[in-house]
Amino acid sequence: MKKVIALLLALTLVFALAACGTKTEEPSAAPAASDDASPAVDVSAIKIGVILVHDENTGYDFAHIEGIKKAAAAVGIADDQIIWKYNVTEDETCYDTATDLVEQGCTYIFSDSYGHQSYMLQAAEENPDVTFVSMTGDNAALSKLPNLKNAFNYTFESRYVSGVVAGMKLAELVADGKVADKNKNADGTIKIGYVGAYPYAEVVSGYTAFYLGVKSIVENVSMSVSYTNSWYDPTAEAEAANALVSDGCIILSQHADSTGAPSACEALLKSGTEIYCVGYNVDMLSVAPTSALTSAQNDWSVYYTYAFNCAAKGEEIATDWAAGYEQGAVMISALGASCAAGTDAKVAEVEAALKDGTLNVFDCSKFTVDGKPVTSYLAIDTNGDWAGDTGEAITDGIFSESTLRSAPYFGIRIDGITELNAQ
Amino acid sequence: MNHKVKEPFVRITKRDSMPVWRGWLTRLIGLVLALIVCAIVIFAMVKLNPLKVYGAMWQGAFGSTKRIWVTTRDTMMLLCIGIGLASAFKMRFWNIGAEGQILVGGIATAACMIYLGGTMPTWLLLVVMFAVSAVAGAVWGVIPAFFKARFGTNETLFTLMMNYVAIQLTSYFVAKWENPFGSNTVGVINQTTKAGWFPAILNQQYLLNVIIVMALTVIVFVYLRSSKQGYEISVVGESERTARYIGINVRRVIIRTMMISGAICGIAGFIAVSGASHTISTSTAGGRGFTAIIVAWLAKFNTFVMILIAALLVFLEKGAMQIASQYNLNDYASQMITGIILFFILGSEFFINYRLVFRGNALREKGGETV
Repeated sequence: MKKVIALLLALTLVFALAACGTKTEEPSAAPAASDDASPAVDVSAIKIGVILVHDENTGYDFAHIEGIKKAAAAVGIADDQIIWKYNVTEDETCYDTATDLVEQGCTYIFSDSYGHQSYMLQAAEENPDVTFVSMTGDNAALSKLPNLKNAFNYTFESRYVSGVVAGMKLAELVADGKVADKNKNADGTIKIGYVGAYPYAEVVSGYTAFYLGVKSIVENVSMSVSYTNSWYDPTAEAEAANALVSDGCIILSQHADSTGAPSACEALLKSGTEIYCVGYNVDMLSVAPTSALTSAQNDWSVYYTYAFNCAAKGEEIATDWAAGYEQGAVMISALGASCAAGTDAKVAEVEAALKDGTLNVFDCSKFTVDGKPVTSYLAIDTNGDWAGDTGEAITDGIFSESTLRSAPYFGIRIDGITELNAQ
Repeated sequence: MNHKVKEPFVRITKRDSMPVWRGWLTRLIGLVLALIVCAIVIFAMVKLNPLKVYGAMWQGAFGSTKRIWVTTRDTMMLLCIGIGLASAFKMRFWNIGAEGQILVGGIATAACMIYLGGTMPTWLLLVVMFAVSAVAGAVWGVIPAFFKARFGTNETLFTLMMNYVAIQLTSYFVAKWENPFGSNTVGVINQTTKAGWFPAILNQQYLLNVIIVMALTVIVFVYLRSSKQGYEISVVGESERTARYIGINVRRVIIRTMMISGAICGIAGFIAVSGASHTISTSTAGGRGFTAIIVAWLAKFNTFVMILIAALLVFLEKGAMQIASQYNLNDYASQMITGIILFFILGSEFFINYRLVFRGNALREKGGETV
């Protein structure tokens, strides 16, 4: 026994010594040769910190990781200039992580989740020399901090297009006589469903855009929205989907990050219930090859390329940045086999109209509230004093989304949409 | 009669006792073995130099002053809950409701920050929040204790269910206090005024956390070790009948002890909200109420040993985060390392309490040992 102990103790010592020995060998950040284009700032000196709410296993974070890698390659930022922090919860851990990244020499720090933003703000206050970008956040302009930024895509555009795809399918189902009585309300409108994460503007803006997309093809539809109160909860999303379908919904879409709802739809379709779904972020065809039509997607590399280029040129990043189809920041994934004939052409037509500005998603003539058209909207009112913090959102009958600030603010509950379990 | 018992190849017997130094040596060996196994796993899976990975873990927990303070803060939090649980566990009352007790303490603190922030000086507000959170935690602890003492209900299930009630209660208040509206988060409370935040002492943001928890460590140590009430707790824990026989009011001891246990967990909620996150959410407790059970048990309710165990667990957590970031290992890889280390540490407790008797040895010992 003593011999064994002696041996183990000796091993410990060896380990300890070896650990001390290796520490000094740690290579310092390799100074890459800077570009001969000689930008204002040495690109190789830029250090970027990334705070992710989950890791590559969720579609949302995966899209951000891909976007950052693509942008870094385009701008010439090496892998070792980016420090990744995964699974950072939306609490003080975010603040700790952000300040830790500052200590590691990061001069640009990005966080990808809405709940990170107040901790990013706290870190931004304390580190004025570092630029903090709270993706999908909405308080950069209001905070008046010059080093806090927000960015978002015109996700409502891709959702509208995905709605058009769903509408084409619905029109086909109507023509084939596959819409049964249980799929209709008493007033004859066809039931569609939506699985949402939280009842706030980002989600409301998204589902309204989807609904208007469907409605542009099939006029008599009504939509039920079921909230899961989580960005990522496969079980709850599947349950919500099952409940909506058993209530008679024939088309389903989602604003939540898992494959829960499409998987549930595929199982239902296989067992004989007519149901088709539209996903978000992830191409759902792998989990729902027959049920999935398409997914609304983001290409975050458009923004990250912009931001990294600003960093490389030593320019200020815009406080609020948003872009859509025109810049290639949003898109829909490849159409599934179940899509109706002619969907391709219709999608191309709608996309072209969105790009050249002839089509506006939130055209006030296309929706009503309590039977009346909307003419004015208090866009952003953070302090609850019923006076808008920024300007009027509706001009010339068009609700302009994501122009007053990058994060969506379309929070109007329009006719034809029912929230089932809003708090 | 001639008993012919077949001697099994190996059997387990309880040890009478083990000198303290040998106990610690066994734990150390367990830790070293765990590191060796982890090294093999790391190398086999990702072909990284395990020593570098361990170095990165060390860096993650203690690599800078800031990191040392964050590690300390989280250690104090875990320690505080462990201390709260210790008295209940010593009484063999299975309080697995620390999560809920932390949450109600956190809700009480957040309510004070929201409604009383700016109406009184910081020190007074801190005292009020301390008291209110302790009371809230105590109430949450006393409810299952009362039912246990009165009606003999199962405290394990009861305290566990109380966690879910507390989570729902938290959701309710999060919805009530959400900021901005519709975001389903409370956000940082009093971000501009910093009312009700722990003040920096000697320029250290988290020193107050350390002071409060260290004070509790000493107080609870003395309370359990040297006070009459502490003695009553251990008697009730060893044998309720004995306690009754020697005239201890068992019901009173159960209720009183759970009141203390809940109060300390409530204070942990106060520290979590006022001293660290400055917000309240359903993840404020974050599973630490369960992790602290390991802390309390491994330390055998000795609050000073708990410091070590809590520090080790937090070190593993911080180290795991660092290697995930530095070597692009995802969370699962880090969790495997943590799991292996915990397995070996718990395993060394087994070898401290029991020993294996192999057939050959047993036969040799037979002369002296057979009854």
